[in-house]
Amino acid sequence: MNLFRYSSPPAFYPLAGKLIPWFAWTAAALLVLGLWIGFGIAPTDFQQGEAYRIIFVHVPTAWMSMFIYLVMAFWGALSLGFNTRLSAMMAQALAPTGALMTFIALWSGGLWGRPTWGTYWAWDARMTSELILLFLYFGVMALRNAIADDRRADRACAVLALVGAVNVPIIYFSVKWWNTLHQGSSVSLTSSPKMAAIMLTGMLVMALAAWSYTIAVTLVRVRTIILERECGAAWVFDLSEVRAG
Amino acid sequence: MDMPIENQLRGDAPARDHGALAGFYWALARDLQLAFRSRAELGVQLLFYVVVVSLFPLASTPERTLLATMGPGVLWVAALLASLLSLPRLFATDHLDGTLEQIALSPYPLPALVSGKIAAHWLTTGLPVAVLAPLLGQQYYLDGESLAVLAAALLIGTPILSLLGAIGAALTLGLKGSGSLLALLILPLYVPVLIFGAGAVDAVRAGLGAAANLSLLGAGLLVAIVGAPFAAAAAVRIALD
Repeated sequence: MNLFRYSSPPAFYPLAGKLIPWFAWTAAALLVLGLWIGFGIAPTDFQQGEAYRIIFVHVPTAWMSMFIYLVMAFWGALSLGFNTRLSAMMAQALAPTGALMTFIALWSGGLWGRPTWGTYWAWDARMTSELILLFLYFGVMALRNAIADDRRADRACAVLALVGAVNVPIIYFSVKWWNTLHQGSSVSLTSSPKMAAIMLTGMLVMALAAWSYTIAVTLVRVRTIILERECGAAWVFDLSEVRAG
Repeated sequence: MDMPIENQLRGDAPARDHGALAGFYWALARDLQLAFRSRAELGVQLLFYVVVVSLFPLASTPERTLLATMGPGVLWVAALLASLLSLPRLFATDHLDGTLEQIALSPYPLPALVSGKIAAHWLTTGLPVAVLAPLLGQQYYLDGESLAVLAAALLIGTPILSLLGAIGAALTLGLKGSGSLLALLILPLYVPVLIFGAGAVDAVRAGLGAAANLSLLGAGLLVAIVGAPFAAAAAVRIALD
């Protein structure tokens, strides 16, 4: 079977529809399991008390925030290189979830920082680069909104996402070196004592939950985008849900 | 051209050099000429820089040590804003009157033409800002060595601002509210330049020497010179489609 068949929106639309329940239910099950491990089973940390449990939300969303940007840039590059429509739609569908993950990572980090560091915000290297990542997501989404023509928006956003992807490591290291020049490094995850196995398990389960959630939500969004863009095409009118509506 | 027109139409016109360098010099000369025909506009942009820099001591305290600490950062942020404000001049006026389309249709390679325009943009905005900076640094009580490093960092860093800015300027061509959109797109990308640029002066003041920061800025400049014109040219083509 030729997998490239699914790069065409009419072929991908039903496939996405079939995949969505699987990923959605997986996400829900993993979320319940991960939260149960995180808040029920995992022991209280002897240094940080109960506040450390925020990492079960914080770390998976922070991972996803960076990973989604790379995936978005990858789909953007594909759409630029091969002029494929669906990859651009995937890039478009990923951006809001990426921004959401970045926002949750920042917000939960602030909530964790208040009891642990005594402050909601510090000009720490990771936090600053995460904040800039949020600005990059907003930039891509704002550019998309500003351009009326879909194809131009696709390609413009792809160029911007690629330039951003080149810049993200540079931003990260610049921020890191800038910080070390001024002050000693604050608490960082790499220097904290080795995590208990059960905590690590909970975090990984939550990471998989975030992963499944992202896939499910992106597929829902990409289906909507396909319908929006292909609303003049004949195959859309043959869909049972369109007929019923 | 002094050839009779019918010879040109028959294709007897002498072969002209359509290489990258020729395109670069052509675009550079053209944009410089246009810029010097509206000298008042250039002056206003520089005045903006001067005014913004002069506002910060009024907003905080005119205390010497505090101003010397924040001076490099203020001068850099003002340079970023001055570069940002002048970016629309890069492509927007040419886009409005259709010149940009003709430029994109010309036999010269588009990245070379874009490079020429970027160079002209830097010569008319970044260079004056870097030259003015030591003078404005006096308002912030910076010492001689800091002023020299500040000027050097601005000389290396402002071309990066023009190069990155050209990508944003091309992406937002002809869009509604493109001014604030451009700021949102470009300012996050300017962050490393700001950090290393202002960091160079801070390092000198801390007794560490500016070599590391200036080298990183230089490396960034080389990467931007190689990559940005192609991205900006691609963005121009996208905007013209």
